[in-house]
Amino acid sequence: MADTIQFDLVSPERRLASVQASAVQIPGADGDMTAMPDHAPLITTLRPGLLRIESPEGNSEYFVTGGFAEIGAESMSVLAEKAMPVGEMTRGHLDELIAEARAKHEAAKTASDAEPSLVDDAAKLLADMEALGDHMSL
Amino acid sequence: MPNLKDLKNRIASVKSTRKITKAMQMVAAAKLRRAQESAEEARPYAERFNAVMAGLAASVGGSDSAPKLLRGTGSDQVHLLVVLTAERGLCGGFNSSIAKLARTHAERLQAEGKTVKTLTVGKKGRDALKRDLGKFNVGHVDMTEVKRVGYADAQGIAKGILDRFDAGEFDVATIFFAEFVNVVTQVPTAQQVIPAKFEQDAEADDSTLYDYEPDEEAILADLLPKGVATAIFSALLENGASEQGARMSAMDNATRNAGEMIDKLTIEYNRSRQAVITNELIEIISGAEAL
Repeated sequence: MADTIQFDLVSPERRLASVQASAVQIPGADGDMTAMPDHAPLITTLRPGLLRIESPEGNSEYFVTGGFAEIGAESMSVLAEKAMPVGEMTRGHLDELIAEARAKHEAAKTASDAEPSLVDDAAKLLADMEALGDHMSL
Repeated sequence: MPNLKDLKNRIASVKSTRKITKAMQMVAAAKLRRAQESAEEARPYAERFNAVMAGLAASVGGSDSAPKLLRGTGSDQVHLLVVLTAERGLCGGFNSSIAKLARTHAERLQAEGKTVKTLTVGKKGRDALKRDLGKFNVGHVDMTEVKRVGYADAQGIAKGILDRFDAGEFDVATIFFAEFVNVVTQVPTAQQVIPAKFEQDAEADDSTLYDYEPDEEAILADLLPKGVATAIFSALLENGASEQGARMSAMDNATRNAGEMIDKLTIEYNRSRQAVITNELIEIISGAEAL
């Protein structure tokens, strides 16, 4: 069994990371999960959160919002809508994203009383964003 | 025969034109490199995305509960043509070839009795299609202010298209852009984005059976709108590179033509100058002989 997997983190605009990782923790839609070598093939969507990469060269953290991850036995790719290294993340960035999520929440609330799922989704997005700020202690 | 002063002025003006086209060529070359880089950087995402989507679409595609974006609305009566062009001209046949492809496409659809609507991105495409398809235009996205195309721009355009789709304004959406092959070749391309079509690679590549979390259909519903944005984003980037490539070769031609013109005018200038001198000499000699 290989003790690392090929991990790629790509956003639509660029490739952020391409490393050999021993474990990667991702914020899956239904909860955080950690993928290690020989994981069963899985595709999951992501919620906004932190992505932790553990590799022999050291650990790194990225901030991702939405997207999805494709996990295989030997490789794993995360396709994130927006992603940036945690070091580059500032409170300002996060506030922008929270404002965006809040606007979406409001829009969903006013637009569709008929479809509560949309409102819930937007509310969850907003909550995730806000929780992330505390989590990162910004 | 034009007099010497006129010729001199012509030469000076062509020379300054040549300087301008030369400068534009160099600017385009620099921008082209950047555009190509961003197109290249975006490629891994688009490739992975399409691979995953192809797998998903194959497994869910058949069922009746598949999302509308994949299955279609069940009819193909109303077509939306999204024409992506540049904001600026002076780039050879770039804008007009995209517009031409969209126009022939629209004509074919109309001959089949379909309704055509157009959405233009970029001023030049709107202008080029105004005469023939202007009355079908349902919207225009202005990209004048956009210095460097970002994913957010593509998302904005995609959202506009998806909102119209949800409102039932059209059944099929096709985007038109120029695919960048190299500096001298850009291929105008039409790509259908709604209902989504994904190219299945040779099956040997992906025989893995994936687990899905949440279930396949939820993922698909989440990803399909992103697929539209991704397709538009790649198209915009291809377009960006194509535009600069087209401009570069157009300006290269212009610079060369200006050079040829300067040579020709210079010869003409020298000839007329010589003719004037000869004339004066003849006058002097015949004047002396008459004495």
